[in-house]
Amino acid sequence: MSDQSLTSSAAAPTPSNGPMLAADGTPLKKSLNRALRRQKTRALMLIAPLLIFILVTFIAPIADMLFRSVENQIVSETLPRTVVAINEWEPEETPLPPNDAFEAIYRDIFVAAEEKTHTRLGSRLNYETTGISSLFRKSGRAVDDVGERYVDAISDALPDWKGAGPWAVLGDAAHPALPGYNDAWKDFARVSTASGDDPATEKPWELLFVALAEELRAGALNEYDGPLGTELAQLSTALEPVAPVDYRAAMVEVDEDWEDPDIWATIKTYAPPFTPGYFLNAADMKYSADGIEVKQESERLYGMLFQRTLLMSLTITLATILLGYPVAFLMANLPMRISNLLMIFVLLPFWTSLLVRTSAWKVLLQQEGVINDLLVWIGLIADDGRLVMINNATGTIIAMTHILLPFMILPLYSVMQTIPPSYVRAAKSLGATNWTAFWRVYFPQSVPGIGAGSILVFIVAIGYYITPELVGGTTGVFISNRIAYHISTSLNWGLAAALGSILLVVVLILYWTYDRIVGIDNVKLG
Amino acid sequence: MKLKTTLLATSVLTMFGGVASAQMANDMTIVSWGGAYQNSQLKAYVEPYQEMNPDVSVVWDESSAEAVAKLRAQDEAGNLTWDLVDVTAADAMRLCDEGLAMEVDHDEILAPAPDGTPASEDFGDMIVSDCFIPQIAYSYTFGYRNDVAEWNGNEPTEICDVFDLETFPGKRSLERRPHNNMEWALICDGVPRDEVYDTLETSEGQDRALAKLDEIKDQTIWWTAGADTPQLLADGEIVFGSTYNGRLFSLIVEQDQPVSMMWDSQSYDLDGWIIPAGLEEDRLARVLDFLYFATDTQRLADQAKYISYGPARKSSAPLVSDHAELGIAMGPHMPTNPENAVNSFVQNYEWWADYRDDLDSKFQAWLAR
Repeated sequence: MSDQSLTSSAAAPTPSNGPMLAADGTPLKKSLNRALRRQKTRALMLIAPLLIFILVTFIAPIADMLFRSVENQIVSETLPRTVVAINEWEPEETPLPPNDAFEAIYRDIFVAAEEKTHTRLGSRLNYETTGISSLFRKSGRAVDDVGERYVDAISDALPDWKGAGPWAVLGDAAHPALPGYNDAWKDFARVSTASGDDPATEKPWELLFVALAEELRAGALNEYDGPLGTELAQLSTALEPVAPVDYRAAMVEVDEDWEDPDIWATIKTYAPPFTPGYFLNAADMKYSADGIEVKQESERLYGMLFQRTLLMSLTITLATILLGYPVAFLMANLPMRISNLLMIFVLLPFWTSLLVRTSAWKVLLQQEGVINDLLVWIGLIADDGRLVMINNATGTIIAMTHILLPFMILPLYSVMQTIPPSYVRAAKSLGATNWTAFWRVYFPQSVPGIGAGSILVFIVAIGYYITPELVGGTTGVFISNRIAYHISTSLNWGLAAALGSILLVVVLILYWTYDRIVGIDNVKLG
Repeated sequence: MKLKTTLLATSVLTMFGGVASAQMANDMTIVSWGGAYQNSQLKAYVEPYQEMNPDVSVVWDESSAEAVAKLRAQDEAGNLTWDLVDVTAADAMRLCDEGLAMEVDHDEILAPAPDGTPASEDFGDMIVSDCFIPQIAYSYTFGYRNDVAEWNGNEPTEICDVFDLETFPGKRSLERRPHNNMEWALICDGVPRDEVYDTLETSEGQDRALAKLDEIKDQTIWWTAGADTPQLLADGEIVFGSTYNGRLFSLIVEQDQPVSMMWDSQSYDLDGWIIPAGLEEDRLARVLDFLYFATDTQRLADQAKYISYGPARKSSAPLVSDHAELGIAMGPHMPTNPENAVNSFVQNYEWWADYRDDLDSKFQAWLAR
């Protein structure tokens, strides 16, 4: 009941112009609203435990999983300096980023390798451009040696800088004249603390040497008035004759792929914290520095799989209606004794393990299987012309129709049980033939059961993957098989989430269409 | 969640003082593959270890096939329930990259060979990742039915016979992923073995491999579970099929089916342990104690009594003895046996780690066409 209908019907008999008042003097509309709100709150409180339970254990995890389809913070978190350094760079104008970017990637990979997060980012970016996985793994191993000459120069000039002491003093002072050093120290302190060590006593990273050397070379001492000033002046002199490190050359020496524009373009494309990349990939498109492009014909996969999943689920739903309707009809109309027996036959396979039933179909359907043997023995087919009924779409449809049949029969049966037999009798007594009585009287009343069964079967079928995996071969696998592959084998959870989101949206659209055409109120489970 | 665990752990630690940290946990959850392989681990490693440490109880979890995803989920939930996980080398590498497996110093935590050779040398090339503690070498190889009338007495001897539908007609089975199939296809298309991976890096090379596979595509059933090919061979569904050599061993020797082995161009793969990253101290201490025992030279050799996979240590090879029940010598059935190892190749894990995603989507798109 809506508020509007209440007020309009209440307002109609009012003789005066003022609003109608309740017993306590407040306008009736208001007091009614209040009463309704109280009722609603009470109802909400009653379902609150269930609602919270569903939110926490069902909706939240699904939302979290689906959110991964756009999430991409890993790049900016692992390569913070690089992301800043290539912000201005336009891949279309110059193929390679400025030299700053090479220094930034050296520092980022150094820190990431200490934290062991560089390989993780490598696998993430490898989904986009093949080869990044090994590039990062290799770089993480070799990056220690890039600044060797600075390390040597500093340790030769002041041997006790090999230890931790002075580095911590500089780090704690956090003097504004040494921003690069402070930045490196922050990472050092964070990583040391995270692994349970005291940064003041830990062996300093090579990166600290490099960061300090770069500051001194850039003339940081001119504005420096912090601690250890004399030592820094000494180091500055010691570093003067040392040739500067060419980070670009050094990274290319680590791996020549650092000169590959594609690698840099990929990092740039995937630098933002959120990406449409996974969704585009799920739609057989590629997101690259040149924008969005459709993948080559030979690499398109998901569109075809979505289409196949929908078509085959529809076929399976139709097959279960055709096979299930007569069974449900018999169960609803035969004497109790026989219909109970039928019910047991329907339920027995329902209780049998899915894997057992699927394997049984393998034995039946394969080329050397029971059905083919029988057909050859009867003489219907030749021995060398055995039918291929498994490891293809046919196998999936047969096995899944069988597995999902109870989901159709049970709602049909419970709806048919409520159809009074007297209606059909009445139709017949008025002169209808058996067929007319069934088609005009009985069938329309059983449609809500078909609706409920179809929704159940279709939605269960669309997400199936074990059966298609086992009997589907190559032409009978569903989109869910690819989702499972990306969850458990390739670990590309972002793509799996994108595919899952698309599947969810498709199902919701279909549900909405169904509601518009058939009406969800016309669905009955009994 | 994490905070709560830390609080709980700290309070427990304060209660028991320093004792807790020196203690070893007595429960261990070991993750493996189930079936005959897990049984061989139980017989060769776990039962002898439990005899020495009667208060240790071991729970098995048969989740190795989904270990990578499940470990990541456990890590994200901050609730690590596994102590030791048996995975393939490729998975170990991925887990290591993801930071989900612990990096180990092989010489420090593993026993040296009886002659004193350090573990890292004894395992040699088998250590393909810093997190991986090798256990066995197995191989992907072919089995064929030796009673096919249409073959007129010919028997396949080399990998390219798989692609020869004229001499060896009949259905084949190959794994439903690009690994090995692409390599075999290129070898049979005339690419020299040492150039296979270089060729596969180019898109022409990939098309070339797929074109070769096209020749037998409509005669091929694509398997996903290791048990598929043995079952298909036994039923006569196929005449030729690739699978793990151990599965073929049990089909041929234990079940006595009319099937023979073709070792040519077998592709080695490795299986071994990883320790999940972030184990608590007492649990880690127990795992390390067990691992030191379970990966020593004798134990690895013992495992070969129960399954025909080659021990990963060089020093174990001479100790491989007879099958525990059948009493036959296991040496000739090992993929590492010199006679079988002619023409064999080792999967290039680093290469596959790069090209897996790209090639797999190409391969699946090709399959679906």
